This record gives sequence, structure tokens and C-alpha cells, in this order.
Amino acid sequence: MAIKYPANPQVAQTELDAHVREIIQWHFSPETGCPFWLDWAKKNFDPRTEVKCFADLMQKFPHFQDEWLRDEQPEVWAPAAFKGQPFNIFETGGTTGMPKQRIGWNDYKVDYSEFAEKISDEHFPRNHYWLMMGPTGPRRLRLAIEHLANVRGCSCYFLDLDPRFVKKVISNKQFDVARSYMDHVVDQAITLLKHRKISALFTTPKLLEALAEKVNIFEAGIRGVFCGGTTMTPQYVRFIVEEVLEGKIGFYPTYGNTLMGLAASVPIRPEDNFSITYYSPQPRAVLRIVKPSQTDTLVNYDEFGRVELTTLTKEFFMPRFLERDEAIRRAARAPYQWDGVGDVRPFGAMEKTIVEGVY
Amino acid sequence: MSLPHIPILRLGRSYESLDKVTIANCRNGEAVAQVSTVNAGILRKDLQKVPAARAALKKFTTAQLLEITSKAADLFLTATLPLGDKGHMQSPEDFAKTLSSTSGLPHVMVRRNMTRIHAAMSNMKSMLNGLTRGLDLTILDRGFGEQSGTKVSFYSTTQALGLVMPSNSPAVNSLWLPAIALKTPVILKPGREEPWTPYRLMQAFIAAGCPTEAFGFYPTDHEGAAEILRSCDRALIFGDKTTTAQYANNPGINVHGPGYSKVLIGEDEIERWPEFIDLIAESISANGGRSCLCASAVVVPKYAAEIADAIAKKIGPYTPTAPDDEKAVLSGFANAKMADYIDGAIDADLKTAGATEATTKYRNGPRKAVVDGSIYLRPTIVHCESFAHPLANREFLFPYASVVQCSQAEMLSKIGYSLVTTAITKDEAWIAQLLECRDIDRLNIGPISTMKISWDQPHEGNMFEFLYKRRSFERA
Repeated sequence: MAIKYPANPQVAQTELDAHVREIIQWHFSPETGCPFWLDWAKKNFDPRTEVKCFADLMQKFPHFQDEWLRDEQPEVWAPAAFKGQPFNIFETGGTTGMPKQRIGWNDYKVDYSEFAEKISDEHFPRNHYWLMMGPTGPRRLRLAIEHLANVRGCSCYFLDLDPRFVKKVISNKQFDVARSYMDHVVDQAITLLKHRKISALFTTPKLLEALAEKVNIFEAGIRGVFCGGTTMTPQYVRFIVEEVLEGKIGFYPTYGNTLMGLAASVPIRPEDNFSITYYSPQPRAVLRIVKPSQTDTLVNYDEFGRVELTTLTKEFFMPRFLERDEAIRRAARAPYQWDGVGDVRPFGAMEKTIVEGVY
Repeated sequence: MSLPHIPILRLGRSYESLDKVTIANCRNGEAVAQVSTVNAGILRKDLQKVPAARAALKKFTTAQLLEITSKAADLFLTATLPLGDKGHMQSPEDFAKTLSSTSGLPHVMVRRNMTRIHAAMSNMKSMLNGLTRGLDLTILDRGFGEQSGTKVSFYSTTQALGLVMPSNSPAVNSLWLPAIALKTPVILKPGREEPWTPYRLMQAFIAAGCPTEAFGFYPTDHEGAAEILRSCDRALIFGDKTTTAQYANNPGINVHGPGYSKVLIGEDEIERWPEFIDLIAESISANGGRSCLCASAVVVPKYAAEIADAIAKKIGPYTPTAPDDEKAVLSGFANAKMADYIDGAIDADLKTAGATEATTKYRNGPRKAVVDGSIYLRPTIVHCESFAHPLANREFLFPYASVVQCSQAEMLSKIGYSLVTTAITKDEAWIAQLLECRDIDRLNIGPISTMKISWDQPHEGNMFEFLYKRRSFERA
């Protein structure tokens, strides 16, 4: 499936506006919409008459509240059009208390089928084997990675990893326990690499680093690494590329979560100085970089701001959700004809210490 | 001209990171240099190469390395040496000015620290003689030999010495200097405001002929520091009580925290107390009161109020001066928050009954003073009625001391840990008790400044015994 990108930013904007109208119509029509948004429209306004383009959506909708994903039962998010079809329940966060939950049917397959076209056969040989060494459990990622491997004709080995446990022990300053758990996970990966033919690896940067300290991953057969997680400063990316992967293994950083899907990065050019820029899978999801103190205003290009996510699929509508991340607003870069987000890091990273655990 | 950039030294390879911190003049905020910083992962990578670094040093005999150390001493003190990787050079005068501008130390104190470091390096042979108790150093080259008619063999306890350095006083670098002659590479994380001294020392060693592989210079974060301590089998860490407490029971880590050094006067000598005021004042205020060797408590069997007043009269009037004043006696604070914290903590504890500040009347102004953009804390002497008072056994980064009255019979059970104790007494029975006291690290009997260092005696642990172990040995 070849991806068809808009020819220029104007076309991208036109396509986005049309997609917004379609999604609004879907989620706020009684025959297709979900109880939550239909009820919301009764208490607020009917977006079908007031939202005609993306700019309207940004102007007229308030920020999506993450409490809604914690407090409401999952069925309130099920569009009428999916009635009778059991859904997946995916979780995000949840180190303490109730996690955020998102339901879904096929979105993850669409997102990852699209991404499957963005990685090269050289680094991710088709009809081979993958290993996922990353957060599993109730996360969408577990199924998504398997689907991605399958789309490319591959099968995938998995290791259990509970990031909530890691965050908890690090917050409690039980560093030995965290280290021991990380070693436990990495040792399992080493065993699989030793006994099975594996050419592709999905993992987090910290786990990748820990694995490479114990085994030469190129000699173990790995040719491509698909990495997800949060903070990767340019220097850290350089460290991964030059010293962990030793310039011999393809590196594909991604930014994403259960609520958005997957934003792929563009290849690093010399002038990027190892700074990574991600582009959302527009029009299914839109990332904006807004001023933290005035979240209806975009920051200028090449300035840091808070990441705001809008998800626009028939399975899930989530307008203007303020992520717990900050990033640099970057200009469009081919093949993407919309803004990118660069050097993503936890929101407030410059002011306080953030526990990222195995990420 | 561009700002100097101090790179990472990766055991023989200079590395410019994309992550850099700017070090600023603490008086006017002007940028002085950029320093590359790295993550713990790079350290872990490099620590795998440490055996090669040690092999590079082992090609030299101990005698050759002592010669290099001696040459490096002179270069450190007098030569113009490279500063970073952008073509900048640094004369000794530049070094004094730069270090002063980022640490707050006046030039005269920087120069005194330089002299101290120079002396440590120049006296390395006698230092090793003292630390090894006269060992024939060729035995370290061969690995075995005979000493006083006994077969001896020594093996190294580590491939590298890890160092997590402070920013408060350049002379602390003298602690790691024996490592080079003892064929042990160093993996060093400099203090945030003080990359200058260890970097210059490494440049001096390299210029003197030491292999570049012997030096790891890694400005890094907490995780990186923890990695140094975890991965090097032997390491030194400097820090406050909280930092050092977590490593207190690790035999591979030599902890350098507050010194809590003290001057004690015995009952037999107390009537002569006025004769000792100059010595006590110097012990409290030398090096701006920043050394762990500086006395932070004076313990006397009587006349505590009078002694506190006499010391206060002597050092209370000390005032901040321009950094280049040759008579400067106080050091500024690079970190204004630290000065605020200390000032506030002393005022808060003075509200607890049983303590009186003796310096107030001689100071003519508040403790905290701002001069030419630099923040100073002026000397503070507090008379405490007992050791129970929260200010009785405290150490701060400026000339501060308590004067506590306590009977001689109770003194040794009350003083707690003391890096240096000067006990002014001729009472042999008490001297015997002092010699038995396990709370005292270095003991001076008689009127000797707590600041006095003998190169042939260990300071806070014996570096030779830390880096080498003796094994039983036979050879057919």
C-alpha cells in the first residue's frame, strides 16, 4: 500500500478541513456518534453546524480533559456505527490510580500499516523475525507491533515489560530494584537473540542501551531498530546512532501513544545535528505546538512549546488534548506537508526532574 | 575570540558533545566557557576501555611516572597550557582569574591552592614513601619483591580510580594525584563550577609525557556520577552529609564529606588560652573557611564566652575585598542560594536558647554582604553552652565555628567525628585517650593548625592501600 501524500501545504490543509467535516459529522450524528460526544453536544453546541474546518475546531472546542478517559466507562466512547462489535481496551499512564483508557477496533492496524511503508527493507527485511522489548500489557503497542511485523510478512517475539512498576520503584528511589528488573528483561532478550533468528528490534532507548552493553547487537543479527519513547536529546540520538548502533544499524525513532497512534521521524540529515523531527499521521491526528501560557496560540517555528494532540478517526475523536510533552515547532518537510515536532521531551523538563523509567 | 570549549576527555580521545553547559562569572554573569556534558551511557561505553588505559600507564615504571608527576607539577604552576579544543591557551594568571570568577575564591587563595597542589605533586615520591611505609617502588613494577627480608606482592584493586569532585576548593584535587604514579587511570566528574583545576592538571600531566589514555574527564549528570561510583572498583566522592551517607558502608568508595575539624584545649593549658587565639582563628578562616580541614568547633573546659569573644574580635571584622586584593581573606559564593540558605539556617538556629553569636558586635553589619556582584558570608563565631545546641557541631562553607564549653573528661565522648583534631595539651593521660579515640582521623597534639598537612602521612584514607592490596606470594 503506497502512501499518497498531499502535493503541498495548501492541499494538505484542504484535505484536513474536509476530514474534519467528515469526522465531526460522524461523531455528532445520532446514527453514528458515541454517547459521550452526543451528550456533550446537547450541553454545549452542535459542531455539525459550527465546525467547517480545522481552524473552527481549534477555535470552538475546549481542551479534551484526560479525566474523561479515566472517569467514564469505556462504552460511552463507542460510536453507534460500531454497535455490537467488541472493542479493544487500551491503556496509557496509570503508574498510580486509574489509567486513561481508549477503546478501538482497527485504528492501530491502519496507523501501523501506514507506518510499515516508512521503514526500509534493508533494515527491516521482509518475511523474517522481530523482537519487541518494550511496554506490553494493556498497551496498544503490543498489538500494533505484532501487526506491523505481520504486514511486512514477519513474526514477532515478545518480552513482558511493565513500565508502571519501573516508574514506581524509581520514584521510591529503589534504583537497585529498577536495575535488576531491567537486567531481567535484557537477559531474556539476549537469550532470544542467541537462540532465534531476529533481524528487527522494537524497544525503548534505555533498554536498547542496556542491551547493547551486554551483546553486540549487529553481530546478533539486528539490522533495524524501531525506537519509541519520550526524551531523546540530539546528543542522546547521536550516542545511540554512533556508539550504541555504531553506524551499522538503521535507527527509526517514533513518537506516539495510545491516544494518537504513531508519528514517524524524518531521516536525520547532517544539518539536523541529530535533532529528530516527527510528523503526525495527518489527517488522522494533528500535532500542534502551543504556548504553554496561552494554549490557543501556536509558538513560532523553531521555538519550544507544549504539544497539543487532536485525534480525528471514526473510532475516536479527541480535540485539543494537551500532552505532557513539550517540543520544538518545526516546518513541513517532504514528504510531509504539515508542521512537525522536534526534540520532544517531558513538559517542564527544564524546570523539574521527570521520572521516565525504562523510556 | 570565541569562548573556550572544554571537551570530554575519553581516555585518549577528545569529544565535543552536542550537550553543553555554559559556565558563568559568578560576579557579573558573563559566560566564561562552555563545557561539554555526556550521559551515563557514554561513561558505561568508555569504562569498558579502562583496561587499555591502565595498560598505557603500566608501560611506565613507577619511577618514570614520579618523574612525570614532578614535571607536571611545574607545568601546572608555571606553564601556559591548552584550555579546551578551540585553540585557547591558559597561563597560570589566567587560571587564577578564571577559577576565581566562577568559584568566588579570591586570586590569592587560588594561588595558594595552586602552590598546595604543586607541593603535593613535587613531593609525590615522599608521599608514596609515607603511604607505602617505605616500600621499594620497583616492587610495584614487578608485582612482587622483597621488603625488610619478607616476600611481598601487591596487586591493584581497580582498573581506574573514579572521582566525583566538588566545586568548593581546588586543592582537593591533590587527593587523586598519587593515582597516576600508582599506574591507575582516573575517571573524573568535575564539580559544576570547577572544571578548571582537574582539566589543567590533566593537561600538565599530558604535557609532561603521561599518556592521554590515563585521563577520563566527564562532566555529567547524577546518573553519570552514580555510574562512575558503581563501575569503578575504587572511587572517591565529595559531598554533603546526605550525599555521602548513602556510600558510607561501601568499602570501594572513599567518602569525603564535611570534616567537622576541631580545636580542643585541655584543662592543663586552658589558662594560656589567649596565646592560642591566632592559631585557632587561622584554623577557622584559612582558605576562606572552605576546607574540610578548617576548624568548625573549638571545645574548651572553661572561658568559652571569653574565647568566643577573642576569636570574634580577631576575625569578625574581616570584610570582602576585590577578588584581586592580595590581602583577601574571604571567598565569595558562586551559588547565591547556598549563601542564602546558610545565612538563614544560622539565624534560625540562633533562636534556639543556649547560643549567642559573638561576631555580631565586631562585624558592623549583616552576615551576608554583596560586593561587586559577589555574595559573601562574613565570619561567624557562635558561643554554644553545650553540644546539645544545633549550632554546636555544624560545618558551613565560610569561616564559621562554635565555641563549646565541655569538661575535658566528657570531650571525647561528645565531639563526634573529626577529620582533624588539634588537641592543645601536655597531659599524657589525656593524650593516651586521644590516641585511642576512633572519632579522630588526623590528630595534632599541641598548638598546630588544623590546616597543616604532611605529605608523608595519609589524608582521609591511605590512597596506596585503597588502590593496592597485598597478597601472599611464593615463587619457585
